[in-house]
Amino acid sequence: MKELARCWLAPLFCLVGILAPASRATAQEPEPLVWAADAEGGAPYIFKDPQNPSRNIGFEVDLAEALSRELGRPIIHRQYAFEGLVPGLLRGDFDFAMNGLEVTPDRRATILFSRPYYIYQQQLVVRAEETRIENFEQLKTLDDVLVATLGDTAAERLLDEFGIPKRRYDNQTDPYLDLELGRVDAVFLDLPIAVAYGKSNPKLKFVGPPVQPGFYAIGFRPQDQQLAAQVDAALEKLISSGELQKIYEKWGIWDETQRQLASASLDDVAASRSGLSFSRYFPLLLEGALTTIVLSVLSMLLAIAIGLQIAVMRLYGPAPVRWLATAYVEFFRGIPVLLLLFFLYYSLPGIAQYYGLSVSLQLPAFYAAILGFGLNYAAYEAEIYRAGISSIPAGQWEAAASLGMTGPQTFRRIVLPQAVRFIIPPMTNDFVALFKDTSLVSIIAVTELTKQYQILARSSMKYLELGLVTAALYLVMSVPLGYLSRYLEHRWSKDAHD
Amino acid sequence: METGSTRRDGLQGATLQAERPSNGSGALNAGQMRIDLRNVTKRYGKNLILDDISLSIEPGETVALIGPSGGGKSTLLRCLNGLNNFDAGEISVGPHQLGPQRNGSGREAYQQVRRLLGMVFQDFQLFPHLTALQNVIEAPVRVLNVSPAAAKERAMRLLARVGLADRADAYPRQLSGGQKQRVAIARALAMEPRGLLCDEITSALDPELKSEVLNVLEDLKQEGMTLVVVTHEIGFARRAADRVIVLAGGKIIESGPPEQVIDNPQTPRTQLFLSRVLA
Repeated sequence: MKELARCWLAPLFCLVGILAPASRATAQEPEPLVWAADAEGGAPYIFKDPQNPSRNIGFEVDLAEALSRELGRPIIHRQYAFEGLVPGLLRGDFDFAMNGLEVTPDRRATILFSRPYYIYQQQLVVRAEETRIENFEQLKTLDDVLVATLGDTAAERLLDEFGIPKRRYDNQTDPYLDLELGRVDAVFLDLPIAVAYGKSNPKLKFVGPPVQPGFYAIGFRPQDQQLAAQVDAALEKLISSGELQKIYEKWGIWDETQRQLASASLDDVAASRSGLSFSRYFPLLLEGALTTIVLSVLSMLLAIAIGLQIAVMRLYGPAPVRWLATAYVEFFRGIPVLLLLFFLYYSLPGIAQYYGLSVSLQLPAFYAAILGFGLNYAAYEAEIYRAGISSIPAGQWEAAASLGMTGPQTFRRIVLPQAVRFIIPPMTNDFVALFKDTSLVSIIAVTELTKQYQILARSSMKYLELGLVTAALYLVMSVPLGYLSRYLEHRWSKDAHD
Repeated sequence: METGSTRRDGLQGATLQAERPSNGSGALNAGQMRIDLRNVTKRYGKNLILDDISLSIEPGETVALIGPSGGGKSTLLRCLNGLNNFDAGEISVGPHQLGPQRNGSGREAYQQVRRLLGMVFQDFQLFPHLTALQNVIEAPVRVLNVSPAAAKERAMRLLARVGLADRADAYPRQLSGGQKQRVAIARALAMEPRGLLCDEITSALDPELKSEVLNVLEDLKQEGMTLVVVTHEIGFARRAADRVIVLAGGKIIESGPPEQVIDNPQTPRTQLFLSRVLA
């Protein structure tokens, strides 16, 4: 309950902090420290208590409480997306970030780190029946394996270093889920994550020893050296008193390696900027843009095909067919496309397994994305087509009928071509909207333009530059579409108006 | 009732050309096609639109349907090719029998009847996304499977016949009302019908454009086409019709040659109507 109150009050405290900055520090009550972490990131760092989802638990929650005691200051948690932790810190949204933040050369050059509070290693996890892969070294020699990992992590960089085929995720649950479902052959991630998601699952197993040690440390703004020094001192106490060990043992992530924490130093990790240059990132953004285009075009073609069927069913079908078509439109307009993508990608295979269906419903991410957007936008297209088709006067049908043309002939040759000019402008609007909506597919591990931007910006910290280039790419693609729509509308209305 | 006993047009049957001049739009074998209505009744809710109508139209005859608005003229015309259905009675066109249309039965018969009877509408209903030429070739190519080249050749002859050869590539919006209606007639003729149903085809036209359309109809009459014309053009009816039928309240209240019905109307209802139209 106390935890909940803290969460609740966090924004209020922030507000107070902004309105009355320095004066508070002198009062009897010490000013609380605001700690940012992503509780949606998952176990065992900080996550929702399954027994009581209003409460956050995790080893970092315990560590924050211990630090609060040592520092003699309350620490309040503020929910913050993992990928926003470093820019948020620099913006001054909170005092420190503690969320399994790996110490990398790029980050060291950008923010100030505390001493390490955990030594992570990378653990390879495979399906229980797997026989080909016995350790990380073997991955380098097998060329038909696909390895899941989190984007912008030490694990991903290691995979890249050896050119091992990978699929990147932005949460730590789904790689293990996809491993179970056979969409990937292995998951390579930080040991604490592997312990939390892989160890208790009888369908998965750990293979090989953990590799490539690295540090988690607490991030501060570069100018907050005093705070960093205080936290370092507090951490040292927790390490030497064995309290930290107790916390890690409680969460099952203590190992002998952690004994090195007492003497560990960040000096091994040199601060250096990777200096992501335009010529290096632009091809990657273009690749993302290409994915965006292909995804949008294929989704739209599917939406047009389904939408037209639905519109025809609603206009000309017998009553039950009309109801069915109406239900389709209401259903797909009424649910968020994000939920649909989740369902198609993650739930469908589970349903097939549960009912013992012989068909595999495991859609590859890209096809799931096309299907999701196609089904969703078909509902909108159907309504546009219905309106366009109904706007053609009945006299046109009668004229065609009096010439002996059949209903389907009349629809194809007479009604639809005329309806097109009513349909094109709103359809183009929809296409531009779809174009931008495709950025949602990052949640099912498709790397399109926006996702590529996030990945690059997160690792290089060049948010502004990359943001402008990405926006320019979107505009280059969407603005001509608007002009094309207006041109077609103009041309057709010229040809077509009676 | 027997067909013979319901005919009120005994005066007219003999005036028809048995043989038609060959006119480039194919052999119009008019001799075969009679139109018979037997006890046709149609209701809209409680309103009786057609009240037990029986009527025969001989091959090659020109019939003008006149009468007050709401009298049932257009409905009668549209029943002949199935654009409207009816509740009771029977219609036969040539060898094809049409009954009250229920749940799509008889659809094939209607398709056949529509091949025999072309139709021209008050508001033209040209296909606006197609040129004049494309309007004319659409149905022959799609329905009769005529090759596009042959259809085009025929269409150009038909457009020439209605005086619009030079406007073949114009879109409907580029044509005047009279030109549109002549394209619409060419479009109907392209299906090589034996009769033409004309539903107030000059009502939407300026007076000076009406004659160009009516002249086309008179040509068609000369060539032996069966014409059923709903019209308010009393002058045209007198000049061109073999028979004038007055419909009011869903009933045929008068029927006969124009000099009889128009110049010497028998019923007060017809007299009133004519005095209003001619005023």
